[in-house]
Amino acid sequence: MQRGRGKVRDTTITLAHGSGGKAMRDLIQDVILGAFNNPLLAPLEDQAVIGLHELARGGDRLAFTTDTFVVHPLFFPGGDIGQLAVNGTVNDLAMSGARPLYLSCGLVLEEGLPVETLRRVTQSMRAAADLAGVSIVTGDTKVVERGAADKLFINTAGLGVVPTGVNISASRARAGDQVIVNGYLGDHGCAILLARNELALETEVETDCQPLADLVATMLSVCPDIHCLRDATRGGLATVLNEFAQASRVAIRLHENALPLREEVRGACEILGLDPLYLANEGKLVALVPAAFAEPLVAAMRAHPAGQQAAIVGEVVEAPAGVVMLNTGFGGGRIVDLLVGEQLPRIC
Amino acid sequence: MKFIDEFRDPVKAQVLLKEIEQLVGRIERARALPRPLQIMEVCGGHTHAIFRYGLKQMLPPAVEFVHGPGCPVCVLPMGRVDDCLSLAEQPGVIFTTFGDALRVPGSKQSLLQAKANGADVRMVYSPLDALKLARENPQREVIFFGLGFETTMPSTAMTLLAARRAGVRNFSLFCNHITIIPTIKAILDSPDLHLDGFLGPGHVSLVIGTQPYEFIAGHYHKPIVIAGFEPLDLLQSLWMVLKQLAEGRSQVENQYARVVPATGNRAALAALQEVFELREFFEWRGLGSIDHSGVRIRAAFAEFDAERKFSVPNLKIADPKACQCGEVLKGVIKPHECKVFGTACTPETPLGALMVSSEGACAAYYNFGRIDISGLRGNAPELERRAAV
Repeated sequence: MQRGRGKVRDTTITLAHGSGGKAMRDLIQDVILGAFNNPLLAPLEDQAVIGLHELARGGDRLAFTTDTFVVHPLFFPGGDIGQLAVNGTVNDLAMSGARPLYLSCGLVLEEGLPVETLRRVTQSMRAAADLAGVSIVTGDTKVVERGAADKLFINTAGLGVVPTGVNISASRARAGDQVIVNGYLGDHGCAILLARNELALETEVETDCQPLADLVATMLSVCPDIHCLRDATRGGLATVLNEFAQASRVAIRLHENALPLREEVRGACEILGLDPLYLANEGKLVALVPAAFAEPLVAAMRAHPAGQQAAIVGEVVEAPAGVVMLNTGFGGGRIVDLLVGEQLPRIC
Repeated sequence: MKFIDEFRDPVKAQVLLKEIEQLVGRIERARALPRPLQIMEVCGGHTHAIFRYGLKQMLPPAVEFVHGPGCPVCVLPMGRVDDCLSLAEQPGVIFTTFGDALRVPGSKQSLLQAKANGADVRMVYSPLDALKLARENPQREVIFFGLGFETTMPSTAMTLLAARRAGVRNFSLFCNHITIIPTIKAILDSPDLHLDGFLGPGHVSLVIGTQPYEFIAGHYHKPIVIAGFEPLDLLQSLWMVLKQLAEGRSQVENQYARVVPATGNRAALAALQEVFELREFFEWRGLGSIDHSGVRIRAAFAEFDAERKFSVPNLKIADPKACQCGEVLKGVIKPHECKVFGTACTPETPLGALMVSSEGACAAYYNFGRIDISGLRGNAPELERRAAV
């Protein structure tokens, strides 16, 4: 099979690249295979065929997930849409305790997208997949007319294997469980806001986008009975904890002073009237664990590159069921509710 | 954060809370109070801070905050939102405004819903961003929906001055700015008034100074303290109001003197004077029409006035019958005492605008205060111990 740079002569994506003809074949062989090549993808069949015996060695259940990535801008401080598309799906698998193995990649390209942009994004996906230890084994490409999409959308689906005995679920929180996060909150949401350049703030915050499967494996080795685990993406920490509190019919109490927040993120939130508890993250997880395991778990997480600022930020209590509360650093208390709509900056 | 964390020191808060408790005791001994002391925070930013920091739970039950009319989004009548929609739906228009104005319900839809239905509605952080959009899109008409009290008014005035200097022809303002003093007066004249004192708006006062409030202390004999927005600012301001009440005084005091000069900001006031003039009356959500409480654009700036440039229906739409926004705004009832609070009216389906903005009293009550979490001050004994050291 001939592939490599140079087969695609156009500098921008045209409708021909989605037509099923030679232009499309060249694009796939050159840009897509050029980045993702591996033995399962290389035959370019309509499906990847995966041996069951190999999967069964890793555990007794499959984890299967999908997510679609639409972000503006495509490139932002510390990351890009390709890295997000890999880590987002890898992390969704990891939150069941699964070891992520295989990803699919569906690309929706807007006519006029520079081919070079697609190259950068696919190379970034490859680098992220290598780091997370997964292979991109099947995919699809569609081109839509200019205006029908915003430059580039990516869908990724993922397969992973859940080790025997691991049983993580949003409904398993129990009174006494401790709430743990693996580091600074809100970096990704803040980085995207600042990268849109609508605010003319000079502070630069980088996305926290990172794969979490290896950190989760480390956590499971210390505490095999993690009750709840979720990555705090859209909606942030507040949303995840509300989901846990409602699914488990418990209350969760957070301590404002214990929340790891960068000064830059706190500052940007102050200026904009936003609450960092609701800002998106792309490399942060929230775990509810039995109290006896909390401190050794945090110690192990801090020794891992993806958990250096891990902290215990709250605990599960019995009542009022379904409610998340915050002890403010000032000595008061308030409810941390689900957000209605998007956070919108306040008028004054 | 420097200049922020100093105003959030929980140990200092405990000291102030002790003194507040003592003052309340003095006031209770001096007058047999049939009801809690009601202190109105005029400004929506204060309402937000009170809930965000959980100040309500920290205070003695004999003190109540009453959440006043100072959220400009909340007091916007439905007809005005419909006027915005009518402007936003005109061909060729880019309609711009601040984030939290986008969700306010009109009689049929909000600006966010209009955007989803195809209107070119954009959120901006400043009217200058709207002017920039106009310069970047000379073939389009850019309208800025200006709202807010004296806090946001100067930036709108400065933007019109900049637009005139630059000769921009495709930019206009739909002016819905309102002014605080007539509104406070209307509240003070209300026959069902229970208020004992006021926390004056910090940002507004940065522009107008402290002198315009003299009538509150002089004529109506109510204490008012201009307050900052950090939790210690609010506690200290409350302490100052209570001290006046305990000593039988009613004066205008300035807790926010690090920002607010007594005479206001001359440059901002001059810009307001040049661009705006008072309207005879202006409709407020829940409060009805209040004389001289809104401003319009002077004739000299007519070319930038969306009300002159476009046909604006100027709709009058009555508030939904079940809503008791007016009584909440005047402090006659608490948000949760409204007939539709939390049932027909929630942040997801707001009937009244007080449920829309995060600064609105009802939304703040719903989001932060609808469940009794009075047991949440788990760290108070530790803080008291530190305060005593």
